Amino acid sequence: MKLEVGHIFIKDIQFGAESKIEDGVLYVSEEAVKAIVLEDEKIKSVKLDIAKPGESVRITPVKDVIEPRVKVEGRGGIFPGVIAKVDTVGSGKTYALKGMAVVTAGKIVGFQEGIIDMSGPGADYTPFSKLNNLVVVCEPIDDIKQHDYEQAVRFAGFRVAVYLGELARELTPDETKVYETYGIMEGKEKFPNLPRVAYVQMLQSQGLLHDTYVYGVDAKKTLSTIMNPTEVMDGAIVSGNCVSACDKNPTYVHENNPVVHDLFEEHGKTINFVCQILTNENVYLADKMRSSDWTAKLCRLLDLDAVIVSQEGFGNPDTDLIMNCKKIEAEGVKTVIITDEYAGRDGKSQSLADADPAADAVVTGGNANQVIILPKMDKVIGMLDYVNTIAGGNEHSLREDGTIEVEIQAITGATNETGFNCLSAR
Amino acid sequence: MKGGFVIITNNPLVEEKLGKDQDVEYENLSFEETLKKVRDRIYLGHRLLTHPLSGSVKPNETPYKSVMVSKQAGALDLRSAEIIESAIHACGKFQFRSDKYKPEVYKDFQVVDCTLIESAIPSVEYW
Repeated sequence: MKLEVGHIFIKDIQFGAESKIEDGVLYVSEEAVKAIVLEDEKIKSVKLDIAKPGESVRITPVKDVIEPRVKVEGRGGIFPGVIAKVDTVGSGKTYALKGMAVVTAGKIVGFQEGIIDMSGPGADYTPFSKLNNLVVVCEPIDDIKQHDYEQAVRFAGFRVAVYLGELARELTPDETKVYETYGIMEGKEKFPNLPRVAYVQMLQSQGLLHDTYVYGVDAKKTLSTIMNPTEVMDGAIVSGNCVSACDKNPTYVHENNPVVHDLFEEHGKTINFVCQILTNENVYLADKMRSSDWTAKLCRLLDLDAVIVSQEGFGNPDTDLIMNCKKIEAEGVKTVIITDEYAGRDGKSQSLADADPAADAVVTGGNANQVIILPKMDKVIGMLDYVNTIAGGNEHSLREDGTIEVEIQAITGATNETGFNCLSAR
Repeated sequence: MKGGFVIITNNPLVEEKLGKDQDVEYENLSFEETLKKVRDRIYLGHRLLTHPLSGSVKPNETPYKSVMVSKQAGALDLRSAEIIESAIHACGKFQFRSDKYKPEVYKDFQVVDCTLIESAIPSVEYW
C-alpha cells in the first residue's frame, strides 16, 4: 500500500470574510466554521480563537488536537467511519496542513485537564505550542450528559478539521513524502536480509473519556488486529480521550505517529516495516489476557523479529503493556516498549504499576509527576477556573500572582508515549 | 460466569445504578481503603476481575473506585495479589486532593468511575 502525503505549510492563521489558503496563510471565516460546529444541536454556542507560537496565551482545558487533512486521490476520505464513509484508506494521495491544528476545548467534566501554553516554560513541554492553533471552545446545551457532550465536541473538531483540509484540495504541496508497505511475501522477497519489524500500538479503551475509535469502532470492542501503517495518516484512528493530558494520544498524534514515521525512515534500509498491530487496554482482566494473547499470536504468525510497543495512559494499561511484552518475547520476538513514568514528585517511586524481566528495553516519555511553575499569561482561551482541579494541580495551583504550580501531567502531550513530546535526555 | 462477580465500591452512583441487577457491595470508604478491602478479599481466595487502577483519573484525585472480584473463592490467585498490591503502592505517589473540588465535580467523578466498571460487565457475560 502506497500513500503520498503532500505537506502544505501554514505559517499563519487569520480570520477573514472567506475561508481560503493563500501564500501559506489560512484565512478562516468565523461564520462558516461556527455553522459547522452548530450543526450539532447538542452544542449551544461556540467561540473561536487563534493562538500563535510565542504569544502570552494559555489554552485550557484542551480536549483534542487535530491536523486538517484532505484525501485528493485514492479510496475513502479522512476519518473513515467517523466523518467519511467506511472505506479502506491509506493509499493514493493526501494533503496535510502542516504547522497548524484545530484544538477543541471545553469543560466536559469538572476535573478536566489539558494545558497548552504558547510561550514560557510550559510551552517547552508541549509540542502543540509550536503550531498556529485554531481553538474551538464549545458550550453545550443545558443538562447535557457527559457522554453526549464528549461526543459532540469530538465530532465538531473533526468536522472543522475536514472543512479546513478541503481548502487545500486544489493546492500544490510544498513538499511530498511517500510511504509504502508491502504484502507479507512481497516484503520478504524485496528485503530478504532485513529484520521484520512491526509496531504494536496500544489504544486507550476503558470507557467514558477513555476511548479510541478505529474506523469508527470503539476499540474496547475489538480484537487485536493488523493494518497498514499508512492508514493512520488518513485518520483511521481518532481520539475520544480527554483524561490524562500528558500521555493520551490526541488525534494529531495518531495522524503523525512518530513511531510509524521513524519506522518508515528505516524501512528498506535497516528494517522491513511489516505492519501496525492494534490492541486495546480494557479494564476487564480476561479481556487483557485475550488481547495480549492475540497480539503475541499475530507477531508469531507474521514471523516478526522485533516489535516496538507503545502504551497509552497510566495504571491499568501498565498491565497490558507488560502482558504484551512478556507474551511477545515468549514467542521469540524482541520487544522495545515505550511508556512514561509516575515516579512521584521526587522521582524516587516505582515508575510503573507492573513489571517483568522481559521488559529489558524501555523508552520513557518522562516523569509525569515532575512539578513545574507556569507563569501568568495575558490571555486564557477556555476556562481557567478548572486549573485547580486538573491532574497534577492542587488547592494552591492557581496562585495569587496568577502563576500555576502543576505536575507536568496537566500539560497536553508532555510525556506522550509514542515519543511525540519534547522531553529528552539529550 | 454470569452473576459470578461482586462489585466492591465506594461510589454511591454504582450502587444506585447497578445495585438492582448486580451484586454491589457499597461502603463509604476512601479510595485506598476500598483497594485494601479488595486486597483482603483476594487473600481469601477471590479473583480480581477488573484492574484496580482503571481509568486515567489518578488515585487521590478521584475519591471513587469500583473493582470487580469473583464471587467464588478458591486458592489464592497470585497474579491478582500482585496487581492489587502494586495498585495500593501506587496510591502513595499521588498527592491527596480528593477533597479539593467543587461539589458538582464529585458527580462527574462518580459518572466516570461508573462507566469504567460498566464497561467490564459485557465481558463477564462471555467469560
